Amino acid sequence: MDAEVLSMSVDSHFVHKIWQEEELSKMVDGGVPYPMLSDQGGRIGSAYGVYEDGAGVDVRGRFLIDPDGIIQAMEVLTPTVGRNAAELIRQLQAYQHNRATGEVTPSGWQPGRKTLTPGPDLAGKVWKEWKPEEAF
Amino acid sequence: MAELKPGCVTPAKGPIGGSDPAPTATETNKEAKPRMGVMVGKPAPDFEANGYQDGTFQTFKLSDYRGKWVVLCFYPGDFTFV
Repeated sequence: MDAEVLSMSVDSHFVHKIWQEEELSKMVDGGVPYPMLSDQGGRIGSAYGVYEDGAGVDVRGRFLIDPDGIIQAMEVLTPTVGRNAAELIRQLQAYQHNRATGEVTPSGWQPGRKTLTPGPDLAGKVWKEWKPEEAF
Repeated sequence: MAELKPGCVTPAKGPIGGSDPAPTATETNKEAKPRMGVMVGKPAPDFEANGYQDGTFQTFKLSDYRGKWVVLCFYPGDFTFV
């Protein structure tokens, strides 16, 4: 799966280096491979609507950006709940499939499962093509 | 990407373009315009930021990643728990 990850917080790049060396490298062999970016002042987070100026931090926002620079998906969580990487990967696979084929992916789609091809023939006939059990 | 010269304070540009100019006298009388926002299906706001990767300090620009899928993740802070 082809994607570049960028992480960003209001910490300086110096702090990112020490976090990588002191902690992350003990969780991930060789440390995290992606760029750890600094948003000191929160101006970038503000542009993305994820800067919380009371606490002065960027909250847990995640943006899936396509090769044309268009935001295809986003998720924002308050600090107390962590992300689900599996759902991010599923969305990325679905968007990449759609970009490659033009097919759309119904609720609960996983790679290998049935896709839909939008058009007049499908109107009113989704019930034949997709069952609610497939949402899970 | 450009390697950062060593130094204490090396501000990057931050957000690039898109910010509202200061309101003119006539505009201040009107209702405030909605601020620049993000929306699915719309361009991701470009930015330049300082960063750390593979033992080096560099500046990174989102628009340099054109042609690739990008996952941009904000988080509250280094050394936090979740």
